[in-house]
Amino acid sequence: MAQEIRNYTMNFGPQHPAAHGVLRLVLEMDGETIVRADPHVGLLHRGTEKLAESKPFNQSIGYMDRLDYVSMMCNEHAYVRAIESLLGIEAPERAQYIRTMFDEITRILNHLMWVGSNALDLGAMAVFLYAFREREELMDVYEAVSGARMHATYYRPGGVYRDLPDHMSKYRESPWHKGGDLNRLNSWREGSMLDYLEAFTADFPKRVDEYEELLTNNRIWKQRTVGIGVISPEQAQAWGMTGAMLRGSGIAWDLRKKQPYAKYAEMDFDIPVGVNGDCYDRYLVRVEEMRQSNRIIQQCVKWLKANPGPVIVQNFKVAPPKREAMKEDMEALIHHFKLFTEGYGVPAGETYAVVEAPKGEFGCYLVSDGANKPFRVHLRAPGFAHLSSIDAIVRGHMLADVVAMIGTYDLVFGEVDR
Amino acid sequence: MSDTQATSLVEHLTARFGETLGIRVERNEATAELAAADLIAVATALRDEAPFRFTELVDLCGIDYLGYGQTEWDTRDVSWTGFSRGVEGEAMGRFTWAERPRGVSPPRRFAAVIHLLSIEHNQRLRLRVFCADDSLPVVPSVTGIWPGSNWFEREAFDLYGILFDGHPDLRRILTDYGFVGHPFRKDFPLIGNVEVRYDPTQKRVVYEPVSIEPRVLVPRVIRDDADLVQAKAEAADRWREN
Repeated sequence: MAQEIRNYTMNFGPQHPAAHGVLRLVLEMDGETIVRADPHVGLLHRGTEKLAESKPFNQSIGYMDRLDYVSMMCNEHAYVRAIESLLGIEAPERAQYIRTMFDEITRILNHLMWVGSNALDLGAMAVFLYAFREREELMDVYEAVSGARMHATYYRPGGVYRDLPDHMSKYRESPWHKGGDLNRLNSWREGSMLDYLEAFTADFPKRVDEYEELLTNNRIWKQRTVGIGVISPEQAQAWGMTGAMLRGSGIAWDLRKKQPYAKYAEMDFDIPVGVNGDCYDRYLVRVEEMRQSNRIIQQCVKWLKANPGPVIVQNFKVAPPKREAMKEDMEALIHHFKLFTEGYGVPAGETYAVVEAPKGEFGCYLVSDGANKPFRVHLRAPGFAHLSSIDAIVRGHMLADVVAMIGTYDLVFGEVDR
Repeated sequence: MSDTQATSLVEHLTARFGETLGIRVERNEATAELAAADLIAVATALRDEAPFRFTELVDLCGIDYLGYGQTEWDTRDVSWTGFSRGVEGEAMGRFTWAERPRGVSPPRRFAAVIHLLSIEHNQRLRLRVFCADDSLPVVPSVTGIWPGSNWFEREAFDLYGILFDGHPDLRRILTDYGFVGHPFRKDFPLIGNVEVRYDPTQKRVVYEPVSIEPRVLVPRVIRDDADLVQAKAEAADRWREN
């Protein structure tokens, strides 16, 4: 007797821990096999681009942090680079080094979040706890420099908001932190922020070894990632992939090398490239990127320690004068008032500024008509392009592999939905 | 992209496409404007031919030129009444749906802007395709050439109402299920049209007309007094003094 078998449709998310936020994935299944995947996105759409059109340029920097909320400063970097390009100004050298350093701190923050949560999705709990230990240490750097642990609003057109602090806040004695434990936590925090980072970067490669020890040769990890979600180099280009997704497929494309910005041209670092284009290769690429970022931070720290200087342009039409100057100098007061009420006009024109964000190419297409508000801001989020390929990639895979694939895309819905 | 690269790209483009493309280079970024009818042929050539090899479409977005260059605060003429107060205008954020501007519109409002990337030549190119008809903006879909444009086109359709002819699945993507209108159009109010809340009596989510007032804190200003020229001069002075 012939039996009729029908595909069935499964709803994955939006409230699912492996959906990394608010992805709703409608899956058409044949048994355990995916026949079609239809992602529904936009549940976190806040209209950032439209909001930016209704505000002076500087007031939207904070929105950029909230796009990809695990690589905050990289988003800011693309936006301020677009404004700087239209204004025709350039940040002072020290600011460029600070930006390079913080972009790499952000990359480590992002990849730690990624390696932790992806391992958690695939059944390894411990990596998450380890990764968040180091994330905490880098979050403290964010806090020291901007006052906020995540949404820093630290980059400004023409530089960065202020110079690096000369001390780090210390842990106080509490029932949870006391005795030798407290001394150990505070031992890095005796000197300036750069001393702290020096200690961190000296220690960090060992920590990466720990994650690798847990995953790289782990049988379960390899079974879940090797040969899963293979993306050919042609496919990767056709789907507009960038960043680790492209490098995992064997294309040595990194904007930091190919179209250098900030101080990347002066940095000594390598670009890891995958071979097979599967989830495992992309894991290896990202882990190696953490080590390379660590190298870049070390070089920046060294330079920044030796070279004090201004961190923002001395152009009071774009950047505010010092607060002390405001109390004495009429001109400074006027500049301050104009800048914070009206903002500055940006010459008419259009530009597309990019940075190599941890997830891929984060671009800002900015159109100005000469006003103090942008005419159009379009933010090119790497995750949006990556996720659009999911149907083509996961067809024929098992349901559990979809989770591996969502993980390997490194999705954050703040940027996908904007 | 360096100067020489941009120039050689422009030379290749002019040699290959001639009058079909209107090419401009600003800040070493090349922009080519073309008619919707030519898009597919040009895009295919740009992807496949050796001097171009734009194998990646990195970005596609819509843009609405309504109100381009309009200000809310007249700073040009000083009369005995002084400057205007900058509290009126038609810019976004100032109107509700009922009061939306229906006035002057540029010759063509909508355009799709495509950013291409050639990994082989390390080059970028921007294409701009204006839609001929404002009431029914149509652009051919490039999903057949770069499948990655699929979602970008859906987004431009969703937010600007630009139709992509030949798109396999032109659905809304970012807005809510059942959303009405195209929210990024310049005549769509910033506050939106509806708001959503949970109604405990009906035990479901209800949609209601938006209750907040439109409000703008900073007027839109275009100054001709060239702030930046002045700033540059000041910087030069300081440099001379030191």
